Amino acid sequence: MDLKKQIFEFYRKTANEMPADVVLALEKAARIEDNPLAKEILGRLLDNTKEAKTVQKPICQDTGTPLFYVQYLAGQSQNELKKIIEEATNEATLNVPLRPNAVECVSGKNIGNRPVIHFEEGAMLKIDMMLKGGGSENVSAIYSLPNMDLKADRNLEGVRKCVIDAVFKAQGKACPPYIIGVALAGNLEQAAYLSKKQLLRKLDDKNPVKELDELEEKITAEINELGIGPGGLGGTTTALGVKIADGVRHPASFFVGISISCWALRRQSL
Amino acid sequence: MISLTTPLKEEDILKLNAGDEVLLNGTIFTARDKAHLFLLGEDFPLVKNGVIYHAGPIIKDNQVISAGPTTSARLNPYTPKLIEKYGIKAIIGKGGMNEGVVNALKGRAVYFSAIGGAGVLYAEAMKFKNVYKPEFGMPEAIWEFEVKDFPVIVAIDSKGKSLYEDTLEKSKEVYKKLIGA
Repeated sequence: MDLKKQIFEFYRKTANEMPADVVLALEKAARIEDNPLAKEILGRLLDNTKEAKTVQKPICQDTGTPLFYVQYLAGQSQNELKKIIEEATNEATLNVPLRPNAVECVSGKNIGNRPVIHFEEGAMLKIDMMLKGGGSENVSAIYSLPNMDLKADRNLEGVRKCVIDAVFKAQGKACPPYIIGVALAGNLEQAAYLSKKQLLRKLDDKNPVKELDELEEKITAEINELGIGPGGLGGTTTALGVKIADGVRHPASFFVGISISCWALRRQSL
Repeated sequence: MISLTTPLKEEDILKLNAGDEVLLNGTIFTARDKAHLFLLGEDFPLVKNGVIYHAGPIIKDNQVISAGPTTSARLNPYTPKLIEKYGIKAIIGKGGMNEGVVNALKGRAVYFSAIGGAGVLYAEAMKFKNVYKPEFGMPEAIWEFEVKDFPVIVAIDSKGKSLYEDTLEKSKEVYKKLIGA
């Protein structure tokens, strides 16, 4: 199969089928949730997941901004790969179908879909895709430490406060239970890029940095104490996981990037 | 389970309590950011006394493919005026709305919560009827749908009770403890 066709199929799978680790986490949450309405909502999310896969239609009407993380081989042309991805995107918009989600800011015109593509050279061709919804993007945030309002210093305790604050402010607006990517970084674009890339990690993986692994567990448990619940209507399931990336910073700067995903974290690897 | 059919009667709306689950039947109109500005700026009598759905669906060849709710909070600034101008009886969305909207709903309308991300289940309860302002683009156009047993939860009732407000208040206590503020 040619690459364009493969990427089209990849779009279909990503939009219509939830990753197995996220489904497992939702099933577990539905078992242990003790608020009856929350339990019912989690059940419907799982029903929708199953139905979308069966009838091969997008899980959510917001098929998001297509994000690509492409590991390409030495000598391969980035421009050529970009062209193939863009053509596959147009094809997917018509025939998966995806919702046209690219709006020109000045003219207000909807022009279809525009993928965001990150390239990195590697030992093999590998493509990760994420369809990132707009609602959860709107509640994502970057904090600069120290933060006086939160009494948050330049340490992991300060990071913890930023994440709790971002989720508290999001409440139920962005389709909880959330999956939260966090990055410790010295500049704005790294805070955004690395935190979003954390959403590619499997929910049951281990952070190689022991302090961060412990912090991921701790923050996940604390977010679930907030009681926001599925859809923001109350319950003990507010986060399915928190994933934190270590980074390097300028001595003057300490940014905490927080990328929030809705429960429908649609990502796949090719 | 309560079942309601459009046009919604005031007496039925006033009886609903936050937390009630409802199956909705009849006609609904989608409206997002652009549509709200249009509805406030021009006259569009079709939505009079009607039901507004905060949603930007995927439609192909007049088939409803996926059509769950969008975040309602973005429409907080326009909603009280919209309710006033058109006598809107119910709004369907997700994530809740602010105090201004809670007040605007009092004594005349309700806010239903639909489950965000359940796009296929909702699409299966909907039939395409018409589209207005398609030039706004697929997500922003005003889509008219016929719905059958469309499941929603009364999240803000006409008496000012909001499930989101309850959640916010409870989470605020925990938040204060966790932040140490």
